[in-house]
Amino acid sequence: MLKLNDIRLSAGGAQILDGVSLLMEDKKIYVITGPNGSGKSSLARVIMGIQSPDSGSILLDGQDITTMGITERAKLGIGYAFQHPPRFKGIKVRELIELAGAESKSVCDLLYSVGLCSKDYLERDVDGTLSGGEIKRIEIASVLARNLKVAVFDEPEAGIDLWSFQKLAETFNAMHERFNTTIVIISHQERILDLADEILLMSGGRLHRQVSKDVIMGRGIVDGCECSANCGKVGVGNAECDR
Amino acid sequence: MLSAIDKLLLEQIAGLHDVPQGAYNIRKNGEAAGRATSVNIDIASKTDKPGINVTVKPGTKNESVHIPVIVTSSGLNDLVYNTFEIGEGADVMIVAGCGIHNSGKDKSQHDGIHEFYVRRGARIRYVEKHYGEGNGTGGKILNPKTILYVEDDATVELELVQIRGVDSTKRDTEVTLADRAKLVVTERLLTDGNEEAFSNISIDMKGAGASAQVISRSVARGSSKQDFAFDLIGRNACRGHIQCDAIIMDNAVVISTPRISARHQDAQLIHEAAIGRLESQQLLKLQSLGLTVQQAEDTILKGFLK
Repeated sequence: MLKLNDIRLSAGGAQILDGVSLLMEDKKIYVITGPNGSGKSSLARVIMGIQSPDSGSILLDGQDITTMGITERAKLGIGYAFQHPPRFKGIKVRELIELAGAESKSVCDLLYSVGLCSKDYLERDVDGTLSGGEIKRIEIASVLARNLKVAVFDEPEAGIDLWSFQKLAETFNAMHERFNTTIVIISHQERILDLADEILLMSGGRLHRQVSKDVIMGRGIVDGCECSANCGKVGVGNAECDR
Repeated sequence: MLSAIDKLLLEQIAGLHDVPQGAYNIRKNGEAAGRATSVNIDIASKTDKPGINVTVKPGTKNESVHIPVIVTSSGLNDLVYNTFEIGEGADVMIVAGCGIHNSGKDKSQHDGIHEFYVRRGARIRYVEKHYGEGNGTGGKILNPKTILYVEDDATVELELVQIRGVDSTKRDTEVTLADRAKLVVTERLLTDGNEEAFSNISIDMKGAGASAQVISRSVARGSSKQDFAFDLIGRNACRGHIQCDAIIMDNAVVISTPRISARHQDAQLIHEAAIGRLESQQLLKLQSLGLTVQQAEDTILKGFLK
């Protein structure tokens, strides 16, 4: 269980995260969505420890990890799939995924689960010869390789096509079954929103609501305005709400 | 007899745990310390100056020659001339390299001048590794000069590696390529402390259809200095590509001077050079997999220099 308490982060005079509080339970998928620049990726980086918040606290299973660095958090079971994964000259796909903690025999399965044929990729370098889509999939596989309490995926859709999307959904489920992982996905993709147990809407560095996907997808609205009931702005109707 | 230090040096420069299989010549402190020849590969001492003549019979396949040099006495200044005659159609691997263990206060130096005649259709892979160690204050200096004449349809792969421990090195590599001759050079260099390394590679593509590829990767740490100069000359319809990449750290200095000279309208020559620091995103990614900053840095550099 991951708990964020009143996380604030500013940079260059702008308030990037403006008091984000959030409770994320084990074995659930949370999708953070919202406009560009709303603070989604910053929130993900704060969870991984890549950025330090100005104030607020982060608790993993009750343990305060706010001041911990990236390596310590990784060892405690937090993982992060980068939006723009770096490339490595001279490091093979197999080596990167093994560095992530995968046993040699499971590397093929991991590549398969992100829609890559292991025969074609195992011995290739994770360098500029890979396409943007390929590098994104390998990045996802490097996170799937780990036994994680919290896995954060920053816009994974860039590397995923229709076929592997189905595989990915199955893989997320398998992750839940095996490790009770809390999965956090930053995405604009409707199909990914569909996977969510809860969708978090961010704008202007604030988390506007934490609601079920039925509400966000409009399926929950039958009578009146349910979104206003869950709205962080405590609106009284659609007019004051973001929808 | 090889001592423990000798064996350690041999392992570093030639991947050998003891005397090698097949043809070999071990030179220790300026003198012959062991030699073996095979039916197809002859090794003979030069009569007019220090050094050996290695002759590989035409058509020799899947054999190797090890010619490591080890220097363990402080203050030694060793100069050697080696000549290689690689017969037509032969396909062999040659492992050279020099290891210096200097625990004294005087300078130890080995200058090796290697001349290769790679005959028509032959193929060689030449691996040269440099390594220095020892706690003495005396310098460890290696200045190799490698000259290759590559005849029609012959192929040469050069692997030049120097990973730490050598205080000063000046490496000159000169290659002449005839018709359809092919050259691939892989250079790996890591310097640290106050080490200095100069590497000049000059490739003269005289023949039609000749091709050359140079992939140079280096890491400069501490206050070390690296200076690379490349000269790729195309005198015929040929293709050449130089790619050099350096990671600079701490207070190091890296200088890369490219030159490509086309003397024929069908010469296609490319030079790419980049110098930059370790990418922070690479470090962050590996840390997010549980590696410490130091482990992440080592992993990136090890891969880069592989």
